[in-house]
Amino acid sequence: MSVSRRGFLQGIAAGTLAAGTAGATGYKHFEGYPGRYGLLHDVNLCVGCRSCEAACNQVNDNPPPEPPPADKSVFSKMRRPTSKQYTVVNLYQKEADSKPPVYRKQQCMHCNEPCCASVCFVHAFTKTPEGPVLYDPSVCVGCRYCVNACPYYALSYEYEKPFEPRVVRCTMCYPRIKQGLKPACAEACPMGAIKFGRREDLIKLARERIRKRPSDYIDHVYGEHEFGGTSWLVIGGTSFGKLGLFEGVTHESIPELGSGFLSVVPLIVSVYPGLLAGIYAFSKRKERLAREEREAAVCEAVLKAGEDTKQKLSSAAEKAKKDKDNAVAQAVKKALAEAEKASGKEGSK
Amino acid sequence: MNQPAKNPARLLTPFNIIAAVILAGGAAIGLLRFTKGLGAATNLSNDVPWGLWIGFDVMTGVALAAGGFTITTAVYLFGMKEYKPIVRPAVLTGFLGYALVVVGLIVDLGRPWRLPYPFIVQAGPTSAMFEIALCVMLYLTTLFIESTPAAFEWLGFKRLRKLVGSMTIALTIFGLLLSTLHQSTLGAMFLATPTRLHPLWHSTYIPVHFFVSAIAAGISMLIVEGSLSHRVFRDQIEISHEQFDKITIGLGKAGAVVLLTYLIIKVMAIGLENEWHYLATPYGALFLIELLGFVALPCFGFLLGYRERRPLLIRISAVITVIGIIFNRLNVSIFAYNWQLPAERRYIPHWMEIWVTVAIVTAGVVVFRWIVKRMPILHEHPEWRGVH
Amino acid sequence: MYHTMQDFLTFTKGSCYILAGLVLVIFIPFWLFLTDREKKN
Repeated sequence: MSVSRRGFLQGIAAGTLAAGTAGATGYKHFEGYPGRYGLLHDVNLCVGCRSCEAACNQVNDNPPPEPPPADKSVFSKMRRPTSKQYTVVNLYQKEADSKPPVYRKQQCMHCNEPCCASVCFVHAFTKTPEGPVLYDPSVCVGCRYCVNACPYYALSYEYEKPFEPRVVRCTMCYPRIKQGLKPACAEACPMGAIKFGRREDLIKLARERIRKRPSDYIDHVYGEHEFGGTSWLVIGGTSFGKLGLFEGVTHESIPELGSGFLSVVPLIVSVYPGLLAGIYAFSKRKERLAREEREAAVCEAVLKAGEDTKQKLSSAAEKAKKDKDNAVAQAVKKALAEAEKASGKEGSK
Repeated sequence: MNQPAKNPARLLTPFNIIAAVILAGGAAIGLLRFTKGLGAATNLSNDVPWGLWIGFDVMTGVALAAGGFTITTAVYLFGMKEYKPIVRPAVLTGFLGYALVVVGLIVDLGRPWRLPYPFIVQAGPTSAMFEIALCVMLYLTTLFIESTPAAFEWLGFKRLRKLVGSMTIALTIFGLLLSTLHQSTLGAMFLATPTRLHPLWHSTYIPVHFFVSAIAAGISMLIVEGSLSHRVFRDQIEISHEQFDKITIGLGKAGAVVLLTYLIIKVMAIGLENEWHYLATPYGALFLIELLGFVALPCFGFLLGYRERRPLLIRISAVITVIGIIFNRLNVSIFAYNWQLPAERRYIPHWMEIWVTVAIVTAGVVVFRWIVKRMPILHEHPEWRGVH
Repeated sequence: MYHTMQDFLTFTKGSCYILAGLVLVIFIPFWLFLTDREKKN
């Protein structure tokens, strides 16, 4: 009894979930803002000079990179962006038999459909028409869901601040772009490993480079489609998995993956009231019918008992009457006999 | 039933002293956290922004407080009147549980004074957390109202008591609705992190996993907390031992079914995404310990305990299930999360984080005890016998 | 017109939350009105 009802509820939950994951937007596709900017990072050209780190820190009023760019020991460990350094260059492959070492610059990827924007419950992130994803500290509550969710580990948090901690990350130098300048890292790179331009142009350029030198490049522009695509595109001769990037992931954006279930929410709110009120009404009805049945049975039993008693009483009354008649007849007989005896005796005297 | 505190020395019981020390320490750490920042009192990092306070205080706390909606649904919507005696303690536990979840959240948030922002300044409706925040806020209110009948009976407010009594069905329905939503959405939060949560725990159906396990958690907490209250507050209990054992046995039956369902959907999830090979890894061992030791085993315990009518076996299974739920929530949020990060970037809680967590739980126990000793929670108020 | 899915979903989910609230508010008087005369019988 409790089994089937519970199972019923679970079935509803699973069914509505299945319906919800069918597609948050139906079958629409979103191209994003036309003409938005991006950056192309050609890993084959990067020499690990970290000029980009120095320029980024300077433009964002952060202290100079520690250890300084000349110090190569920094590459012994993988680093990630922090609240005081929004971008880092890591060494992914050491120099080996005439092959140069392979470096890659890591920072916020400014995704087409940003995960951080979709998980923020105060809508603190916006994808701008120009391309950069911006953060608004004036509404941030500090829940750090964005920091926890970003697949590129690009966000940092100011844990050392008690009253105004912010989420911090690369901004794609949005103020500079608005002034018609290039992001500081693209400006600073001496090797041309970072190219700034319209994303659609950069994809064409990337494909051109790959076409011209197929033995030097893997035939894939990373960031074109992965998780819905990013503003930072990466090309190079080393497989992307070895560069600390995702290989073989879906083209579905993370908001799409995450939002499917949330479509179930209005469904549950719409269905539950009627369903649960109905279950309540059913159980009340069952109770009422059971009670009515019980009452009817009791009534019948009482009636039947009444009938039985009546019969018993009348037959007892009859028997009593019969006994009484017999007794009376006996008494009369006895009296007559005695009277006869008495009159006989008197006669003989 | 009331405790007249005549002698101040009476307050210095061992329990009270220990609780006071724990709470004072917790308050001191809270002060440190709010004056020197989260970094001063936690081991949180950019790689691991969510630690013990989110993983245990918030996520596990919500799951363990699920007894409220489970039992009110059973009693008021399905008409299972024989479980009436445990409704009030369950609802009180639920209310205190959720209140403490909010406390834990406030300690963890970077700017907790901005907590109402999603509803009054700017909403982010695409976020799973938006829905959770809304539902928890509404559900806390619901549980509060559901807890007031006992208080009104104690205070003698007859009209108010009648008013909230008439709202029982509506509140129960609303509570089940809200609980379905936020229990499952706590799991849905991880749909946005497919690369960071280990595949054995991540699934498109993780919301269903969380909801079903929450029901299992609720049933088990009803058994555990009921048994504890029966021992500790035995002077208040009006129902017989047999009746209470019957309730325990009935809950065991439900526990067996729910745990079996949970076991099935977890196995199904592995099959759906062809993750069998992960079972042979160290994380696979962790997963199997969680699934076999803390789901399959207590399921079997509930099964046997119900068939053989053995309340003790059912109580032990309930304890194992509660540990299993804690284990699962911690696996999802901490141990199996960021599973590809190198070891030196992983997280171990700061002792201050642990102290605050213990202090929060202690606060709950202290308030529960205070209320139960004064209000008709474990017994009926003489003027309101047999009513609702 | 929405360029990104994020903008689209913000709008659609936002409106659905409001609709959901209306559903809950409307249901109670609906049910009470429906079962009003049951006590009479």
